[in-house]
Order: sequence, then structure tokens, then C-alpha cells
Amino acid sequence: MGSTQLPTPRINGAGQQFLEGTESGDPATGMVQLLGPDGTLGTDPVFSDYAKRLEPEQLRGFYADMAKIRRFDQEATALQRQGELALWVPLTGQEAAQIGSGRASQPQDYIFPTYREHGVALTRNVDLSELLKLFRGISNGGWDPTENNFHLYTLVLAAQMPHAVGYAMGIQRDQKLAEAAGSNDPKAAVLAYFGDGASSEGDVHESMVFAASYSAPVVFFCQNNHWAISVPTEVQTKVPLFNRAKGYGFPGVRVDGNDVIAVHAVTEWALEHAREGRGPVLIEAHTYRLGAHTTADDPTKYRGSDEETEWRGKDPLDRLEKYLRAEGLADDSFFDQVKLDGDELAAYVRRTALSLQAPDIHDAFAGVYAEPHPLVAEEQAWFRTYEAGFESEEEAGH
Amino acid sequence: MATMTVAKAINEGLRATLNNNAKSLLMGEDIGALGGVYRVTDGLLKDFGPDRVVDSPLAESGIVGTAIGLALRGYRPVCEIQFDGFVFPAFNQITTQLAKMHFRSSGKLTVPVVIRIPYGGGIGSIEHHSESPEALFAHTAGLRIITPSNAHDAYWMIQQAVECTDPVIFFEPKRRYWLKGEVDTENPGPASDPFKAHVLREGSDATIVAYGPLVPVALAAAAAAAEDGHSIEVIDLRSISPIDFDTVEASVRKTGRLIVAHEAPTFGGIGGEIAARISERAFLHLEAPVIRVGGFHMPYPVAKVEEDYLPDIDKILEALDRSLAY
Repeated sequence: MGSTQLPTPRINGAGQQFLEGTESGDPATGMVQLLGPDGTLGTDPVFSDYAKRLEPEQLRGFYADMAKIRRFDQEATALQRQGELALWVPLTGQEAAQIGSGRASQPQDYIFPTYREHGVALTRNVDLSELLKLFRGISNGGWDPTENNFHLYTLVLAAQMPHAVGYAMGIQRDQKLAEAAGSNDPKAAVLAYFGDGASSEGDVHESMVFAASYSAPVVFFCQNNHWAISVPTEVQTKVPLFNRAKGYGFPGVRVDGNDVIAVHAVTEWALEHAREGRGPVLIEAHTYRLGAHTTADDPTKYRGSDEETEWRGKDPLDRLEKYLRAEGLADDSFFDQVKLDGDELAAYVRRTALSLQAPDIHDAFAGVYAEPHPLVAEEQAWFRTYEAGFESEEEAGH
Repeated sequence: MATMTVAKAINEGLRATLNNNAKSLLMGEDIGALGGVYRVTDGLLKDFGPDRVVDSPLAESGIVGTAIGLALRGYRPVCEIQFDGFVFPAFNQITTQLAKMHFRSSGKLTVPVVIRIPYGGGIGSIEHHSESPEALFAHTAGLRIITPSNAHDAYWMIQQAVECTDPVIFFEPKRRYWLKGEVDTENPGPASDPFKAHVLREGSDATIVAYGPLVPVALAAAAAAAEDGHSIEVIDLRSISPIDFDTVEASVRKTGRLIVAHEAPTFGGIGGEIAARISERAFLHLEAPVIRVGGFHMPYPVAKVEEDYLPDIDKILEALDRSLAY
């Protein structure tokens, strides 16, 4: 197909060739890939320009981020196994998709994660120990989303997707007013995460319809990790997921989700596209969940180890390490330091997680409504009296 | 003072909101050029433009979901759901997201979204166009639910709903859209608090609590009972969540008898909640059990038999007779 059928002529990279793809199980061929599993850097007619902007310091930073978040993931999994967390949602295998996309966002952008975006949280400077509050039964949220423009995790699959579009519609209105007032503030966009499983939810469809209708500045970032708990992507879709964008009338790009350089380039392009007012973009990052869906899951029940072995050969950290070493951009001392930093982060997270105090039930009463509510007040007053009854019994020596 | 219909009063209330609050905006299906299927938003697109009056794609979850996002960005969206029976595609967004956002963020996020829903029967319509789903929402903590019964309340309550920091579901009694009344657009008077019930008629023998479309029916029943020598107090509940139990309790302490009437089925409904609370609060003042008048435990029936289904003056009088006979 010709690029004239797309809303923008700037999409003429490798991703475009596969808008016509029909096999949902398409292997990696045709997607945007810059850094191959062997650590060699290839080219792409569009996205190489973005990759060229990267300084060695950023590339080392990508590696450090990915190593840190993998170490964090191990520690959180261990905390769950030791009974300190009710549940953990591991991300191992998806580091490049998360770090590459998160690092492409700007501070003024707003992020809507699912519940697995620990790597994106790191790129938004969220204190990682706060991610554990949800899983330790301390909070249903855990951090202030307005501090780093990183929304709370959403557990109802895809429910955050229309929120992302509505937020983007708000940005549109704000920018219109700001421009009329002569403001030069940097433009913003929204980055909305979802997975191959959630792609079947109606809220994904509705959010894409709304985003297209209003040309909302939102980038839909699908991490296709190939498994929705036990159900493979083939059950969710008969066409490559990024192809669905075409049906909504905006660009879709498939990127190697284990190639942090390509993910960063594609996301940077997509966010620029959205910020400039040219509407939404769908990115499908082809990646793999190397571990379980959650710590309550057992992947050996539904998939073979050969598949996992194959994907370990495409590891996002290994390939960047090979590249950094081959190019002389990092040496043993760098990688040793990254390991030390990871261990330090893990120790911090463990220490902080274990010190998290359970909240008071009265904090829960306070959170139901923003404005005073007579029923909540009445029930809270009753509960205080009820509690006090036990205290006075204790005083009386019962 | 101006005389206008309930529909026009909501229209004028929305107009006042759009004028007074730059962050407010309306969204829904057919609310723009058409002015909504009941013309409640008539003329607003022309005066406020498509950024403030948004004709949305036909997707209720998308409407409420994007409204939540707009609210997170600082806006005050007022969503229109076209009919009561069509709110359910948005039920997930309303109950799992909208109602819980403040709670799960420990108060760091607020989502001041208003959802307008025309509800109730009596207009001879087809399936899914006559339902009263308020109890399903009242059961969900985090939501506020109000419903006006007259034009003056409608004008003020819609504005108060938008000003509220919490999400509000605004149930509009669709068969009263054409009911005319006096509206004081300068002064809300007793309507200054949307969560307070109003005593519309004072009496000493029994109390009837109703809301929305059944308020005129309750008043007519009280007038009919007066002809038989019974002095009946009528309360317009106005707010379904929270419920102003203080006003109901004070009335029951005086009359000793309580009838609650709503179009929704009685089983698991608002009437049952009021009966239970009043039994707890004023048991020794009750001369008779609290009696509910409401819909049967069935899906809303076809229009040709809805008069048999809907609470009317006779059904309320029958309940009053039973109460007074105790």
C-alpha cells in the first residue's frame, strides 16, 4: 500500500510495510528493529534518525535502567515468596519495551500504566518502594500521580484507556487556550499502556474510536507479551495488533519490544506526532513475558520451555550489553557498578517495603468522598464508639 | 421568577454552569445539533461551541471513561446517557473507576463528573427506555445520586451537581420533563443543599416519602387522603445517596407511619433501605410497619401494561389504608 493512505507521510519506515500483514503470529520480520539480538545496530529509513540522537550516556542509562528494574523485579518476587507481598506482577523480559518507551516521554506528558509498568514508573522517577504498597495491602494506589504524571495502576483491564483519551482531550483544550494566550509551554501528550490480552476489551476499542474522532494527542502502547495469563495472542486477534490502527484511521507501528533503541525511537516519534496535533498512534511492542503472569500463576501448565528458551536468546539486556561493549561505550567497571546499584536498590526497596505501616481504617472512611457525607460520618462515629467499647473493657480489666 | 418546564430548567441550569465555570463541558450522544433526544441541551452547541458541547461517538463506556480522564485533567464534564436502560455499558467505568478514584488515590485525585440519566416510565416507550436503576448505583460507595422533581430544583440541582467535588449521578424524571413550574434563577431558597430532603406538605397521620417522578403522585395521593380526613405529610427525598434520614426520621416521629414510593422494584430498593434505617432510628415511634410501594420483581413490562406496573395514587392510598389500619 502507499503512504498516501496513512494520515501522515512521515510513516514510511519498516513498520509500514506490515500494515498489510495478516498473520497474528507473524515472527519478528517486518517490525521496526534497530538493535538485533546479536548486538549489531541496523538501520531503518525513519527511525534511525531518532536513534542517532542518542548520546552514549543515554544508551548506558537505558542499560542501567533495565538492569535495575530487573533486579527490582527479582526482589519483589522474593518478597512475595517470603510472604511479605500478597501478589507480585513480574515484568522480566519486558524491560526494553518499558524503559525505551518511558524514557521517550517528556515530563509534561501523562502516563496511564496497567499494573505491570514498573519499568515505566522508574523512568518517571516514582519511588519504586511505593509500587509495593498495592501488593502489600497498604494502599489501593501508593503514590501521588500528579507528582510525576504517572497515573495509578489500574487493575480492571483496559479501564484506563478511555481515561487516557479523556485526559488527552483535556490537554487539547488546555493547549488551545494556552496558544490563544501566547504561551510557549512545551506541548504534551498521553502515553497509554495496555497488553495483548486487554486488546480484546471493549474499552480499548471505544478509546481508539474517541481518540481518532477528536484527534486526541495519545499514544497507545501495546506490550504484546504473547500471553494473557494462559491464553496466547492468537486467541485475542487474527491480525497483527498494530494493524488495528488502520481500521481506526491512525498510524500503527510494530516494534521489536526487546530492542530498547527501536522502542525509544518509535515512541519518541509517536509522541512528537501526537504533541504536534496530528492525532493518535498505536505502537505494538513485540516482547515476551519470561516469567509468570503473577506470582499466583504457573506457566508450565500452558506453554513449553522451548519457547521461553527462544526468547531468552532475544534478551533485551544482553543485546545492549553486547553493543555497548563492542562499541567501547561501556566496560566491566560500568557493568559492575550497575550490578552494585541494582543490589542497593533492592536492599532499599526491601527495607522500605518491610517498614510500610498498615493504614488506619479511619483513613479509609476519609477517602470515600471528597466532601462530607452523613452516612460515612455516621458509620465512622459508630465504629469509633465500638472500638472505644473494647478499650474501656480492657481498662476495666476484662 | 420564570415559569418553565423541568427540561428547560435543566437546560438553563446547564447554560448557567457553562457560563460560570470555564472548566465545565457537556458530552453525550446527539446533545449537539439535535439538543439531545429530549432537547435538554437545545441551543447550547450554538452558544458554547463544540469544545464545550461535545457530540460523542455512540459508546457509553467511552463517554464516562473519557469524562473521567477529562476530570483528571481538571475539567468538569457533564455526561448525558440517552436513556436509563443504556447506562449499563458504562456500569464498569462508573462503579469500578469513577466511584473509587478518590478512595484508591487516598484523596489525591478527584473526579467531579456528572452523569445525567433520564429515568423512569410512564411515557409509553419501548424496552430499556423506562427503567429506574438508581438502587444499583446507590449501593456503590463513592457516588452521589440526586433527582429533582420540579423545575426550580432541576435548575439549581444540576448546577450544584457540577460544583460538587464528588461524582454525581443526576437522575432526570423523564415523564416530568414537560411539567411546568416557577423557577427563581436568582435565589435557590430551600434548594441550596441538593442532599437535603424537602417536606412538601405537612401532615400528622402518616408520611409518604417519594422522589423524582412519583412526587406529584404522592402529593395527589395526600390530597385525596385529606378528603377522607387523613392528614398526610409528603417528603421529596431529592437525594438518593446520601439519604437525608434526619428529615424522614423527624417526620416519622411526628406521624408514626411511613410509606415509601418509587417506580423501581421494591426488592433490594431504596424503600427497603429507608424502612430499615427508620426502624433502627425510630422503632418506638412507629405505629405500623414501613410499607413500600414500587415496581414488581420483573423487568419493566411493555408499555400497554405499564399502568398496572407503576405506582399510582390508588396504590399509595391502598398502602396508606393498610398503614392507618394498624
